[in-house]
Formats: sequence, C-alpha cells, structure tokens
Amino acid sequence: MATLDSKIPAGPLADKWTNYKNNINLVNPANKRLIDVIVVGTGLAGGSAAATLAELGYNVKAFCFQDSPRRAHSIAAQGGINAAKNYQGDGDSTFRLFYDTVKGGDYRSREANVYRLAEVSANIIDQCVAQGVPFARDYGGLLDNRSFGGVLVSRTFYAKGQTGQQLLLGAYSAMNRQIGRGKIKMYNRHEMMDIVVVDGKARGIIARNLVTGEIERHSAHAVVLGTGGYGNVFFLSTNAMGSNVSAAWKAHKRGAYFANPCFTQIHPTCIPVSGELQAKLTLMSESLRNDGRIWVPKKLEDVEAIRAGKLKPTQIKEEDRDYYLERRYPAFGNLVPRDVASRAAKERCDAGYGVNATGEAVYLDFASAVTRYGKEAAHVRGLNENDNTLVQKLGKEIIANKYGNLFQMYEKIVDENPYETPMMIYPAVHYTMGGLWVDYNLMTTVPGLYAIGEANFSDHGANRLGASALMQGLADGYFVLPYTIGDYLASDIRTGAIPTNTPEFDAAEKEVTERLNFFVNNNGTHSVDYFHRRLGKIMWDKCGMARNTDGLKSAIAEIKALREEFWKDLKVPGSADEYNEELAKAGRVADFLELGELFAKDALERNESCGGHFREESQTAEGEAARDDANYTYVSAWEYTGLPSEANLHKEELVYENIELKTRSYK
Amino acid sequence: MNLKLKIWRQKNANDKGKMVDYPISDVSPDMSFLEMLDVLNNQLIEKGESPVAFDHDCREGICGMCSLYINGEAHGPDRGVTTCQLHMRKFKDGDTIYIEPFRAKAFPIIKDLVVDRGAFDRIQHAGGFVSVNTSGNTQDANSIPIPKADADLAFDAATCIGCGACVATCKNSSAMLYVSAKVSQFALLPQGQVEAKDRVLNMVKQMDAEGFGNCTNTGACEVECPKGISLDNIARMNREFSKAILDGREK
Ligand SMILES: Cc1cc2nc3c(=O)[nH]c(=O)nc-3n(C[C@H](O)[C@H](O)[C@H](O)COP(=O)(O)OP(=O)(O)OC[C@H]3O[C@@H](n4cnc5c(N)ncnc54)[C@H](O)[C@@H]3O)c2cc1C
Ligand code: SF4
Ligand code: FES
Repeated sequence: MATLDSKIPAGPLADKWTNYKNNINLVNPANKRLIDVIVVGTGLAGGSAAATLAELGYNVKAFCFQDSPRRAHSIAAQGGINAAKNYQGDGDSTFRLFYDTVKGGDYRSREANVYRLAEVSANIIDQCVAQGVPFARDYGGLLDNRSFGGVLVSRTFYAKGQTGQQLLLGAYSAMNRQIGRGKIKMYNRHEMMDIVVVDGKARGIIARNLVTGEIERHSAHAVVLGTGGYGNVFFLSTNAMGSNVSAAWKAHKRGAYFANPCFTQIHPTCIPVSGELQAKLTLMSESLRNDGRIWVPKKLEDVEAIRAGKLKPTQIKEEDRDYYLERRYPAFGNLVPRDVASRAAKERCDAGYGVNATGEAVYLDFASAVTRYGKEAAHVRGLNENDNTLVQKLGKEIIANKYGNLFQMYEKIVDENPYETPMMIYPAVHYTMGGLWVDYNLMTTVPGLYAIGEANFSDHGANRLGASALMQGLADGYFVLPYTIGDYLASDIRTGAIPTNTPEFDAAEKEVTERLNFFVNNNGTHSVDYFHRRLGKIMWDKCGMARNTDGLKSAIAEIKALREEFWKDLKVPGSADEYNEELAKAGRVADFLELGELFAKDALERNESCGGHFREESQTAEGEAARDDANYTYVSAWEYTGLPSEANLHKEELVYENIELKTRSYK
Repeated sequence: MNLKLKIWRQKNANDKGKMVDYPISDVSPDMSFLEMLDVLNNQLIEKGESPVAFDHDCREGICGMCSLYINGEAHGPDRGVTTCQLHMRKFKDGDTIYIEPFRAKAFPIIKDLVVDRGAFDRIQHAGGFVSVNTSGNTQDANSIPIPKADADLAFDAATCIGCGACVATCKNSSAMLYVSAKVSQFALLPQGQVEAKDRVLNMVKQMDAEGFGNCTNTGACEVECPKGISLDNIARMNREFSKAILDGREK
C-alpha cells in the first residue's frame, strides 16, 4: 500500500519554492515536442495549464464538455481574486495572505502549498493585466481593490461582478493563441469517461464525443485533471448544471486517493430556494457584504407579520432589528468568513426568525449604505445633506455602480427591487474544498496523473476564503504545474508516443461502453433528475450545515439504498450513439451516488468541527465550532477498494512549523 | 398557468426538422424558462419520449451556453437577459410560445435547439489574444496606468458572452457585434496595440470565411444583445480595419 508522501521540499518556508525550482529536472525545448499532455477541463485551472504547457512546447490535447472552453464554470465567479500586492499600503504581504488562508481554512491545509500560493499570487495579476484583462481601476488609472470576508486588508482585485468571466476569457485567449498555432488540439463537447493506467502510470483517457456518441481513445505521457468541484452532489448548488465529480471519481477508482470529501463550503449569501422544481441556486457575491448588513427581526411577532404579508421589513424600527453578525462578531461584523456567517444564519432561522414563507431567509440590507454614500456624495458636491430624497438618489447611484449587475440578477429572479427593500438570502452549497489528494507537485497517488484547481484538495483546508479559488486555479495552471510536471516528464523523453491499441485501452473502453449500454437498455421508470433530487435532499438534510452521528449513519444507509434503486429503476431515453444529454447526466449522477456515501463516511469519521464541517457533538458553549487538534490535525485521504463503504483511510499528518495552531476567533 | 408550446424538433444535422406541439400545465410564474423546459422533459422521459435538447450550463446569464429563439426573439421577450434568466412571469396563462434554435448558416443545427457555434471560437483563434507568454516575470501590473474611462469601456466590450444572439437576430446573420467586442477590448488597452492591425485583419478574414453575412447597420443586434454590447464597438472596429488597410497590412 502506498504511503502518503507530500514531497514538501526541505528548507525554510519562504525559500522552499525557489529552491525547488532550482533543483528540478528540466526537459529541453526540442524534447518537449516529443511529449504529449492531456488536460481535461478548461476552466481557470485547466485553461491556464493548457496554454502554458503549449507555450513551453508540449503537445497538448484539451477537453471540455461545453461547446467552448470559454464556458467553463469559472466564468460565473463574481467577486474577485486575491493577491498579496499591497497596492493599498495597508500592511499586506505574502506572509499575511498565507496566514489568513491557513487560519481561514481552520488549520487543515498544508503550510508549504499555501505559502507557495501566496508567493505566486502577485504574478497572476501581472500576467492577467499583460493579457488585457480589464480589471477595475481608480481615477488615477491604477488597479482598484476591495475587501472580502475573514481578512483585515483590501487585496481583492475585481472586474465589477464578473471577475471570473474576465479571468477565464484571459486564459481562453491564451489558449486560442496556442490552438491557432496548432500546439493545443481542443476537443469541445467531449466528456472524459475514464483514465487509462499503463504500468502504473496515467497514460491516457477514454472520452465520449457528446455530439456523435463516439467513444475515443487518447494517449499522453501525463494526464492533468482540472475538472472542477463536486458541489452538485447536493443537486441544488450555485455550480453550473454540468459541474460534476465524474472525472475525479474515475481517477479515484483508478487509484487516486480522494481527500477530505466532506469539506464543503456553504455560502451565506444566495437567493433562497423558492420552489420544488427549482434546478439551481444563484449566488449573491460576498462583495455585497462590504456594504450590506445582515439582520432578522428581534421579535417573533414581527416575523409572523412579515410572513403573513402584513408588515414590510422597511417598517421595522432600528431597535427591533437583530444585526446578529455585528452582535456576535464585533471585530469582523458582516465580513466574518463564510462558514461562520452561514451557521449564524441557520441558527437564527432554526430559532424561528426566518423571514420568508419557508422560514429559511434573512435580510441583506443596503439602506444604511445608501444613506452613508448619499450623504457623502451630497457633501462632496456641496448639496444639502439633509435632503433625504436627494441623498437616497445619490446613494442608490453609487450602489448601482458597484453592484449593478448583481442587483439586476436578483430582481430578475425574485421580482423585487433590492434598491427599495432588503434582499432575502440564505446559505447554499457553493464550493468543495475536498478533492483528489495531491502532493506538493500537484500529482495524485497515480504517477503521471495531476489534479489542479477545485478538483484537488490542496490549499483551502476546511473553509475557503472568498476570492481564493480563482487565485488557486490560476496559480496551479500558470505558475506551479508547468514546473512540477516537467520534473516528472524529464524521464519520458525517450518513451515515444504512447500507443492506444493496447490491452489497457481495450479494457477501459469496454467498461465504458458496457456502462453506457446498460443505461440506455435499462427498463426503469424514472428520469435521472428524479434520483439526483432525492440524493440532494439526503445530502442537504444530513450532510449539510450541521452534521451528527445519527444523521450521518442514516445518510450512508439511505444513499446506498438510493443507489441500488437508481441502477434498477433508471430510465434513459434514446441510444448511446447520438447526442443524448440524459445519458451524460446518468453517468454523472451514478458517480455522485458513490461519492455521496464516501462524503458521509468521511464526515462521520471526522468527529470534530472545523471550518465548514460542523459536527453538532463538537461545539463550544457559545455554539462555535470546536476543533480537536490532538486527534484530527490530518488530511483524510481515502483509497478506493471496491465500494465506498469499504474505502481505506490514509492520514497525512499536518505539521505547523510557521503558524501556531489557535482557536479561530473573529469576535 | 397553462401554455401551448410549439418547439422545433430535429433529430440531427441531416434531419429536416419540424415544429411539434406540446401543451404544458401548472407552470408557476416564478419558474425560469429553462425550468419549465426541464419539467416538460421529465414528463417526456417518463412517458418514454425523447426530451427536447437545448444548450445551457450556468443558468445565470454568464456562460453564454443557452440560446433559443422565443416567439421570434433571441433570448425571448425580456430585455438585457439571456434565456436562462427569463422567467415565466413574462408570459400569460393560455399563451402559445414558439421555441426555435438560433438560426444562421454559420451555426449548423446539431439537434433540436442545439446549434454549433464553433465558428465563434475559430474567429478568436485567428487573433483574439495578446501574444504574451506566461513567465512569472511580466512587468508589474501597475507600471502602465490606464485611464479609468478606457478601462471601463474595454470592460464593457469584454463582457460579451459569445452567445450568438446578435447573429441569430441579424437579417444578414452578421457577426460584427461579436467580433467588434473583442477587437474593441484590445484596441482600447495599451497591451493590445502592438498587434492591433494584424488582429483586426485576421479576425475579419476568418469571420468572412465562416460564412457570416455583412453588416448593414440595422442595429437589431444591439437591441437583442443580453449584455448590452454597444454598436459603438462596430464603429471602432471599422476604424481599426481602415487604419490597418491604409497601413498596407492586408495580406
Ligand atoms: C457563482 C460562483 C461564484 C464564484 N465566485 C468566486 C469569486 O469571486 N472568487 C473566487 O476566487 N472563486 C469564486 N468561485 C469559485 C470558483 O469560481 C471555482 O472554484 C473555480 O472557478 C473552479 O475552477 P476550475 O478551473 O477548477 O474548474 P471549472 O471552472 O469548474 O472547470 C471545470 C472544467 O472541467 C471540464 N470537465 C469537468 N468534467 C469533465 C469531464 N468528465 N470530461 C471533460 N471535461 C470535464 C468542464 O468542461 C470545465 O471546462 C465562485 C463559484 C461560483 C459557483
Ligand atoms: S455581442 Fe451580445 S449577442 Fe453577440 S455574442 Fe456577444 S453577448 Fe451575445
Ligand atoms: S445557461 Fe449560461 S448564460 Fe444561460
């Protein structure tokens, strides 16, 4: 059995990455032409990796299931990207970004990886600006910043509420240049169905052309997965509809350990669930907490009146409102980290203070910000600060400038005007910190198989800070993987092209075909969504914001039973050799039904609360998460052995040499 | 609400295709348009019929994957939104709704409402980038200040989601609005200057090769564009193009 070697380089924290780069094996430019690399996924992680590897001279084949690389889920990121540039002169530094990220992750991430991330963060901004990414600027023409939760500096770069879009279009443009040069061969509308392992090394993939249904073999000297997160195991999440775990899960079944599957981020500010037939949830960016104040009424009778439509939130007097984050966490107020804010919302709603019909919503209110900005603007222009109509008008203009597209999105969905009445929000599944276990090189436990971006587990511990996923995806793809993969590929310069007419490819293809045929021939009665919704409900009720032993045990049993029912009673129309969206979905949900069980098992095993993982058994008298450092300062890495229930646990002990483990406090 | 849907069904690229009627009942006004189609599809599947194929992914108006020509309008009757952001409250009980794919010679139909917009990507391959390698020692991001007004205009152009509504709406199936959005973004930024002339020539050449039609300034594209991409971008691209031609750059 493989032992977990994180391959962290020796030496002082701040020198590790530089020393590492000075000592790795390199592949000379002529030899790079002899080496093929497959990159699955073209989001920020996969897209930036594919472009950079092609620039270096490798032959890259890239895959995505959408009709263009530009449509990867990264496009939807709203708020911003962190970087330790210290342009605001507010005391930021590489160390502070590193420290905030480790603390924000509740001390469950690897120091060396996080430090490297903080170290390359500044390069990301330089690179993106050079590509023509139009970040927000101030009137002096320099780059602007905003603040995100869990930190006390302004280090977030942004492009209005469309930061992910602009960064992804930057990576896409870098890819396009290489596609034009023939160095990247792009396979759109292709789904990776399996990894092919030859002599213990990842040497290719089986893919399905989603337009024709054709099964294809693709070989390479190394395979990189940048296939995103698995939040859709909850059915309802802020992820795009197609986001899935399948690529990572196939890798897991071929020997890659899956780390911390239960570490999920539930984002505090999303539009609440409105109906039974809803297909997805929509995020309202964390940046709104720069100006929005979160509250519920203090009195239950007000709550009831609101629900009955007899009272409007704007009619509730200031002293009858409970700004519960400001009350509980005076130091960080509305800008506490996500896990803390989400739990606090749940606490109020569980106590009966939820403000919509379902009892699962709290207010995000911009009224004080409108007044504050309005007065400021009136003052600057020498107008009457006491003219309320004027102040409101000026204030709303400023809010529209900052968050216009988010307010529009809210209005379209909810049919209420958030400039006039507070938004209603509730936590929703958003991001998965867990993922494929990787070492310092971003290599999984399968040699030659790499995982980058949200697909790996590496940098965010048990809770990710806002604006750090974009940073990590681009760090992995532009600045880390291109070095580390070279070290591995240096031994492959004489291997020659990997043939695809081998028993390993035959076997993998046969398995894939058999499964597809099973789905289309199965004589069941229910559609894929029917099962997916039910899985989501089990996950949300028992593996969501609060977890306990009994709930997790029953989740494990229920998911197993649902999986059996799925395989018996699923109905997939059409055939396998045509465009068939239902067939693609069936494969993804089949994998979610296995991952879901491992998720619950992992949550059960970790009998402590940390970050987004809240075990009801492990809390302080004030209801805050209580970590158990003596017993759980490790990464849980699960080895597949046939069934999720029988997965083997391997522990990577986490060693903190540069940061003292402390109770996280935002009070 | 009860509605009568008339949906374009076409098995594959070679099939002729036709409109088919689907009545649907109990539609809630708070549903999104695509959730309404999800409901229809689940009913079709459980009845053993083939569901309607349509493109979608983010369902929040940013990925550009969804399309649909609804009652004769790209992305439907609402303004400034994509199909996935359209809600059923824009319709009335008893309405008949016509649902068709984005039609253009350069966007061949794959199945039902799904079309191939690969031509858009190929135009970007021809020049939609700044030729800068990833090195880790690029100059500091703040070493070239960019006037806020230019940065904001470049951003506005860069918010194009590549959905193709402009092409589907245009009577000539012109892709000028889409192409000009990318050309403008780079034309407005110092980073884009070095390659500006080759970029515009190469992208326009590819646009023509893909079979998109000419622009006759009817402006329908700007009206239907869910991201409010402005016609000013087309004017800017025309200026860039003329500059490049005058410079004798045409190959
Ligand atoms: C609404 C929203 C807002 C967010 N805002 C922010 C923010 O402001 N700041 C921040 O830092 N983070 C934010 N995040 C998180 C961040 O966007 C994601 O974590 C990040 O973009 C993930 O990037 P990625 O490259 O790892 O994966 P993705 O962008 O998800 O890309 C996955 C890629 O893999 C491909 N793929 C997947 N499976 C397969 C398969 N089987 N076969 C072939 N291809 C496959 C897909 O086609 C796609 O190209 C936000 C997330 C959401 C949901
Ligand atoms: S210009 Fe507008 S309509 Fe055309 S592709 Fe871009 S976003 Fe869509
Ligand atoms: S589904 Fe992404 S824009 Fe409509």
